[in-house]
Amino acid sequence: MDKKQMELLQGTLDLLILKAVSLGPLHGYGILLRIQQISRDRLEIQQGSLYPALYRLEHQGWIISEWGESENKRKAKYYRLTAAGRRKLQTEAEKWNRMADVIAGILQSTPEEV
Amino acid sequence: MRLWDRLKSWFGAVTRRSRMESEMDAELRFHIEAFAEDLMRGGMARQEALRRARLEFGGIERAKEECREARAVNFVDSLLQDLRFGLRMLGKTAGFTGVATLTLALGIGANTAVFSIVNSVLLKPLNYPKAEELVALHQVAPGAAGLADFENGLLLSPSMYFTYAEQNHAFQSLGVWVAGTANVTGVADPEQVRTAEVSDGVLHTLGVPPQIGRWLSPVDQIPGGPERVMLSYGYWQRRFGGDRSAVGRNLTVDSRPREIVGVMPQGFRLVDAEFDVIVPLAFDRGKLILAGFGYQAIARLKPGVTLAEADADLTRTLPIWMDSWSNGPHTDPHVYETWRITPKIRPLKREVLGNVSDVLWVVMGTIGLVMLIACANVANLLLVKVEARQQELAVRAALGAGRGRIVRGLLIESLMLGLMGGTLGVAFANGGVRRLLAMGPANLPRLSEIWLDARALGFAVLLSLLSGLLFGLIPALKYSGSRASLTLGSAGRSMSRSRESHRARSVLAVGQVAMALVLLVSAGLMIRTFRALRRVEPGFTDEGHLQILRISIPDSLVKEPERVTRIQNEIVDNLAAIPGVRSAGFVSKMPMEGFDTPWDAIYARDKVYPDGAIPPLHLFKYVSPDFFRTAGTRIVAGRGLTWTEVYGLRPVVMVSENLAREMWGTPSAAVGKQLREFPSMPWHEVIGVIEDVRENGVQEKAPETVYWPSLMDNLYGPGNRGAVRTVTFVLRTERAGTAGFLNEVRQAVWSVNSSLPLASVRTMQEVYDKSVARTSFTLVMLGIAGAMALVLGIIGIYGVISYTVSQRQREFGIRLALGAHPGNVLKMVLRQGLKMAMAGVVIGFGGAFALTRLMTSLLFGVAARDPATFVAVAALLVLVALLACYLPARRAMKVDPMVALRYE
Repeated sequence: MDKKQMELLQGTLDLLILKAVSLGPLHGYGILLRIQQISRDRLEIQQGSLYPALYRLEHQGWIISEWGESENKRKAKYYRLTAAGRRKLQTEAEKWNRMADVIAGILQSTPEEV
Repeated sequence: MRLWDRLKSWFGAVTRRSRMESEMDAELRFHIEAFAEDLMRGGMARQEALRRARLEFGGIERAKEECREARAVNFVDSLLQDLRFGLRMLGKTAGFTGVATLTLALGIGANTAVFSIVNSVLLKPLNYPKAEELVALHQVAPGAAGLADFENGLLLSPSMYFTYAEQNHAFQSLGVWVAGTANVTGVADPEQVRTAEVSDGVLHTLGVPPQIGRWLSPVDQIPGGPERVMLSYGYWQRRFGGDRSAVGRNLTVDSRPREIVGVMPQGFRLVDAEFDVIVPLAFDRGKLILAGFGYQAIARLKPGVTLAEADADLTRTLPIWMDSWSNGPHTDPHVYETWRITPKIRPLKREVLGNVSDVLWVVMGTIGLVMLIACANVANLLLVKVEARQQELAVRAALGAGRGRIVRGLLIESLMLGLMGGTLGVAFANGGVRRLLAMGPANLPRLSEIWLDARALGFAVLLSLLSGLLFGLIPALKYSGSRASLTLGSAGRSMSRSRESHRARSVLAVGQVAMALVLLVSAGLMIRTFRALRRVEPGFTDEGHLQILRISIPDSLVKEPERVTRIQNEIVDNLAAIPGVRSAGFVSKMPMEGFDTPWDAIYARDKVYPDGAIPPLHLFKYVSPDFFRTAGTRIVAGRGLTWTEVYGLRPVVMVSENLAREMWGTPSAAVGKQLREFPSMPWHEVIGVIEDVRENGVQEKAPETVYWPSLMDNLYGPGNRGAVRTVTFVLRTERAGTAGFLNEVRQAVWSVNSSLPLASVRTMQEVYDKSVARTSFTLVMLGIAGAMALVLGIIGIYGVISYTVSQRQREFGIRLALGAHPGNVLKMVLRQGLKMAMAGVVIGFGGAFALTRLMTSLLFGVAARDPATFVAVAALLVLVALLACYLPARRAMKVDPMVALRYE
């Protein structure tokens, strides 16, 4: 494993999954690859925790699944975003950005500012 | 929408369980294989690639489990598991399950039965359309002495009805009615039927359409017009077999043919009255006076009008009433201003229910307490059981069961117990309701509407679940609280832990004793009430040997008043001649017969009355010679009536003792005094003073009464020579109530006139029992509740003490081995029981002090905080508690030190 890989922050996996499937339907393994690809392999994702997250998101109605055929002609379950999921992704992303700003602001503050 | 999706996903997951499993398998397999293929592309061998892929993926089974959880499938799954396990556990401890279920079933059954009565009688609206608009025109008249005792307040007079009906702005419609009896002849045997005489507006106000035909119409209310009648459903079925062609036919009511115009539907009642026929009142407007306050009134409020507004509206019309009518020449119509007539309109439902709601709520409350005690008992049993299962629970916890899961499992067990008890309880309730109705007060309103409906069943289910939760939560919480320190090794013998749950059991037992005390005090107060009622002299003696029956002689059958009296006299003679009859007589009304006879003022010759003032009103009764001797009513001073005086129309009269005392100081002073009802009546001489009679029930004060001869020159009014035509015959005989005797009675009557029906054939015992039915019903209910509470409470104490003794066996063994006297050990155990009982008694005193006040209206001759009852009940409870402790205490005393020491 690459030393530079970071562990995922709690609760961010859902957001990443939503983002990954927002670009087009993907199967579970594809989602894993997509996230790693976008993050340029800087994030470490527990493969075992991916599927419970997918099931949870589907149960909540953010994504839906259907069986299709993979690039190598095998049956695979594809996930894609629902309309509700798209809205969810948007609000979650905004929330995340705001949070990141706030945290960054705090961390950058100098003794004089406090 | 989202919720729906989620439910769908959940439902799909649960129902298509196996499909979901195989899909999950396929998906994960695809992942591993795709991963492996990628690795193989990098040059790895297939076997190695698959191995790496699986390794990197992590625990596949855990992932699956988490997937299932994500779909909430797991919850249902484990719930089913807990259910199955719970059932197995309950099955394994059949004795415990049986006792607990039975305890709960008794509690839930009793509660459901009483609730179904409360629900049907108190909670459900009356059986009329838009029943919330219906009101009873109740009014009081504090200035009309004598009438103030009336439960009904001041009834309406016909002229009042016309004024109200024509002048009001508050009502959509209103009408007056009165219940009575009439003879129906010509169809089969002559028969006395119950009538409801109604004015225009009554049927309209109630708004229940007829089953067939039409309502009585305004035309039918014109005196001298066509005579019409309506039938009740029951009478239509009985008399005409439900034949639709009955409408249009004639029915001879009191010797007058009346055309049947309609039949009211099944279950229809006029306010609280059941009837056979409805007859129009047909008031003759031209002949009406102000007086004649004998009619009940009902009305339907206009939408949005409040009771207070309606009261004000009627108050406004009262002066109009006094100005529009008169009591005859030389009378002042405004004399009624001194009566201070005040409309107090109330919802019809309250009128129908009367004071029965007090009884029902008290009974519901006490039965509810029994339920709590039952729950406490089951909770106690459960605590012991959980204690015994510590080992098993510890093993389960060690194997990874979460605390929540274990608590949930315990709760599910108790909920199942609750539901099992509930199911059996509903069966009990079904039988119980029937039994309750059989022994319930016959005057319970809306009796026919009572049944175990959906609401009562819902109540039973709710009660089962709630009680399951209640008694299950205590051990479950207790258990989870002491969980942390528990290890497998100490599960069998830890002392500190058992003290913890032991305190819980003691608290429960103390609570049970306290609640039992409250119930027993209530029951005790009812017993005292009942005994106080029994001690009251009602004004007749030996009611079991008094046969009564009512006979009416309508003037269409016999015109001349003297003939009526002759016939009544002959009937008395014939009745007295029946073997076994010691004496016979008649009276216009026996005490507690449940209807009213006239009230009016009387004037004494030796008193001065200020101009225009109306003296107090008194009850008027009309009697035959020998009546008092037959009924066992004592003549306090003077003498009774003779037939010579009756036929001779002699001006004689008798008065009740309280009336004599009020007017002349002593009974003997009253004899020889003279009185009359109105100026044109000759002075009547008082020949006898009669003991006070509890006319309206044993609880009610005896009204001041005037006894007139049954044949008078001025009956009911000036210049009206008349005989009282409807009278109650009274027979003193040991054979009262037996079938053979009643046959002879019928023959004796019919040998005088074969077209006279006999009505209300009863013994005075039945009349008396009915009048104390409310008290005896409450007594029986509270008695049952009290007995259940006592038994359950005692079982509670016994359980706790006997468990402690078994726990402390070793300690007792050591004490005895060290030379303690067995008597001291016995005392120690008894002291512990006594402490619990005393604590319960003290707490219970507080509760009883607060709660018995609520039943004040049910009590008679005893205070709600009667010290004797409180002390006696407390003593009883403590005594019985000590007895319950004695058995385990004796066991403690006889512990063999050697055995006890070896035991652990």
